Amino acid sequence: MISIQKVNKNFGKLSALKNVELDLAMGRSYALVGPNGSGKTTLIKSILGLVIPSSGEIIFDNKSIAKDWKYREQIGYMPQIGRYPENMTIGQLIDMMKNIRKNPSEVDDSLIDQFKLYKFYDKRMHTLSGGTRQKVSAALAFLFNPAVLILDEPTAGLDPISVELLKEKILEEKAKGKLLIISSHILSDLDELTTEMVYIYEGKVHYNNSIESLKQETQEKKLGKAIATMIGQKQLIDSINK
Amino acid sequence: MTRVIKYVFYDILRTRFILLYTALLLISTFAMFQIDSDPGKVVMSLLNVVLMVVPLVSIVFTTIHFYNSYEFIELMLAQPINRRVVFLGEYLAVTSSLCMAFAVGIGLPIVIYGPSASALSLIFCGIALTMVFVSMAFLASVLTRDKAKAIGIALLFWFYFSLIYDGFLLWFVYAFADYPLEKITLTLIALNPVDLARVIMLLQLDISALMGYTGAFYKEFFGGSFGIVFSSFVLFLWVAIPCLFALRIFSKKDL
Repeated sequence: MISIQKVNKNFGKLSALKNVELDLAMGRSYALVGPNGSGKTTLIKSILGLVIPSSGEIIFDNKSIAKDWKYREQIGYMPQIGRYPENMTIGQLIDMMKNIRKNPSEVDDSLIDQFKLYKFYDKRMHTLSGGTRQKVSAALAFLFNPAVLILDEPTAGLDPISVELLKEKILEEKAKGKLLIISSHILSDLDELTTEMVYIYEGKVHYNNSIESLKQETQEKKLGKAIATMIGQKQLIDSINK
Repeated sequence: MTRVIKYVFYDILRTRFILLYTALLLISTFAMFQIDSDPGKVVMSLLNVVLMVVPLVSIVFTTIHFYNSYEFIELMLAQPINRRVVFLGEYLAVTSSLCMAFAVGIGLPIVIYGPSASALSLIFCGIALTMVFVSMAFLASVLTRDKAKAIGIALLFWFYFSLIYDGFLLWFVYAFADYPLEKITLTLIALNPVDLARVIMLLQLDISALMGYTGAFYKEFFGGSFGIVFSSFVLFLWVAIPCLFALRIFSKKDL
């Protein structure tokens, strides 16, 4: 579905992505893991066309995304920090998002219901707390029933009940055979929600395989421990090579 | 496109600055008509407003507006919308609202007190300058990520075209006074939209006689139909070129 081919991205002297090669297939769910500043968000933004790669190509559904924009109809994106027009109310914002699409055939507003966003419909965005903003972001990502869901730290800042609601929703969409890309630091969440893992470090993809095989390779039962072991092994190999 | 324009319009109206700007222009124009009974002189006084205030307001308002709607732009770009559409939607909404404010603020009193040819060309020049400086503001905004820097660049544009360029032009004409400079100064004037508007207006006001031989030369050039087409075309280029540059930069910008 999404194929990232030799993508490089430099911000001035800093190179955020180095020769990234990734294939993301429909019906699978990917966990995007890596330390802060490793390039996860840059990678996600490149897929969305918000960041233009310095070189390389991204193919979505057999078409290059450079100069294309229609493919974004099939993507639901939940940003890490949701930034919205400050003096719009939630209701206006949601109406606008529906309006801006040419044919919102089926609207999935179950998250709006579950998060009880109706209660805040006439509250302006700048009066909202970080958590409520996050709920709005989540509701908007799922609103148009997209085939691909890209969630950048979806559970950060949400209260425990909302986290559970969101996770249920994600699992529901996963069961429908959608492509999920979730970046998070909460590994127990990823263990529940995803089946594949992509580990990014300093702009390079260091690991790309199923979580099951990672656990088998490292002989750990929990994802967190498995990743720690993997990183330890890698460092060991690196130091031997040096 | 129309949907994007609609939302940007809505946003601009909510800040009420445009309404304030319209009211200010209306009041000052009415006041000038009240003080002076000669419409020619009123147009002359309004010329200063058009040449100084309108570019300044256009360029500063547009730059601030662009940064204030950064979130909106970011949100739109993650949606299935072409980047060009987002940019042009923003551009058209800002330009048309500023032009409307100007047309109502200056145009309404002129229509009430009786329009003349010079008054109509004043409105034309004002609208053209608004569009030129909106384009420049968009260029300044996409050049940097920093709001303060962008406003600085925008103000620099305004200073350059309103003050610095004229100083340079005066020095040039003075230094080379012994040579025939008509064609060269004509070219130099075309390189500054504010000067271009000023010359068009001065020739309309029949005070070109004060400018001696050069004035006669300009009168001959700008008075003819070729001159009108030429100056309109140059003003159009001043609108289009910065806007296209800004569009190019915007379509490759990282957010």
